[in-house]
Amino acid sequence: MEKSYYNPKDLKKFGDIAEFEPKLAEKFFDYYGEVFKEGALTAREKSLIALAVAHTEQCPYCIDAYTEDALTRGVSEAQMMEAVHVGAAIKSGATLVHGVQMMNKVKKQSM
Amino acid sequence: MIKSLKASGNKLAMIKNQLKVLAGEPFQTELPTFVEKLKPLGQFPLKPNKLEIFQINLGYMCNQVCKHCHVDAGPDRNEIMTKQHLERCIEILRVNKIPTVDLTGGAPEMNPLFRWFVEELTKIGVEEIIVRSNLTIIRANKKYYDLPEFFKKHNVHVVSSLPYYQAGKTDAQRGDGVFAKSIKALQELNAVGYGIEGSNLKLDLVYNPNGAYLPSDQAELEAEFKKNLKKDFDIYFHNLFAITNIPISRFLDYLVASDNYEEYMEKLVMAFNPAAVEGVMCKNTISVDWDGYMYDCDFNQMLDMKVADKSTQHIDDFDLEKLEVRTISINQHCYGCTAGAGSSCQGTVA
Repeated sequence: MEKSYYNPKDLKKFGDIAEFEPKLAEKFFDYYGEVFKEGALTAREKSLIALAVAHTEQCPYCIDAYTEDALTRGVSEAQMMEAVHVGAAIKSGATLVHGVQMMNKVKKQSM
Repeated sequence: MIKSLKASGNKLAMIKNQLKVLAGEPFQTELPTFVEKLKPLGQFPLKPNKLEIFQINLGYMCNQVCKHCHVDAGPDRNEIMTKQHLERCIEILRVNKIPTVDLTGGAPEMNPLFRWFVEELTKIGVEEIIVRSNLTIIRANKKYYDLPEFFKKHNVHVVSSLPYYQAGKTDAQRGDGVFAKSIKALQELNAVGYGIEGSNLKLDLVYNPNGAYLPSDQAELEAEFKKNLKKDFDIYFHNLFAITNIPISRFLDYLVASDNYEEYMEKLVMAFNPAAVEGVMCKNTISVDWDGYMYDCDFNQMLDMKVADKSTQHIDDFDLEKLEVRTISINQHCYGCTAGAGSSCQGTVA
């Protein structure tokens, strides 16, 4: 076993998941490839969405991959950071909106 | 202003040390050499097609010291092409009818014979004269202020580096204040008709990544550049050429110093595109250095890898027939021209 849970070199081995279950891996990678193709959204817009989600998911592999992808597409640092803020805003908003649930319960159970 | 590798005594200023890096890891154990990649494609030895572009380096002197410069150009470089060699180039072009002349440097405009040379090229009827202008030279000194008019008069095709449409990344790569001067120069080129849609005064920009990563889709980058330069500065241009940084000279120094070298080479190898091999620029280009020696490309020039046929290595011994059947010299840096959509002085190739 590795001495740490995350190894940057493992990102390049992503395709190796097919070794244990090829059919599902093939379906996944086909799907993944289709999702990121130019469509109603540009590939550049999808890259920025992926960068934001990579941060909310706190996936180091995804952050590595989509930061580089954004760089290659000429996305500016400000645009990348704004995308991360969008993710952060949704994440914190999702936390805070549950405060209403807390308030509902407090109010119901309080005199 | 930073110094050239040569002036600062950097060990990579010595070409043998660059070749040593390219011959070492990761190509000793982990990655295939460029020769090993070409062999299964039937592309080794790599052979040229018809010669279409005669690229002449007028000298390594430059008013800028860009961090990624593969020429290691700068104000401290004094290598410059003499009139004798320029006259020989004119003779070669006149006799052999090579359609395109590509003038580069350094800043080619800093060669005192630059204007005379362009005028002579016009007289002999060269089909296309490309000048690789760094833009800031147009604003560097009063004696260069009229360059846009001079270019227009001789219908020069202007190709200029602009690594980003904002100041931060541009200045980080090319020096403080370069972006502002470049914008002013582009506006002046636009003012005389360069880069305007429908205009035959061609103005193309060159994009290269600002670090250890590869360029993405050229058309996507061009659209971003056009949108932002128009919106922020009312600037127009024709095409954007996305060029991959080649791991030699100052960019190699950056890669090694920042501990990015092996990972960058791996990226180039992983992105190797067999379809790009047929379009590599060494197949239709000869690069001439300030001293009259000839190379398969500008990058081989910087690694002192002269054309392989020893009987026609100098312009004094120029022999078109022999050059068009020569074997092209290659090394690991060639992966830079075959990664992704490929890369050349004219942008992507595949």
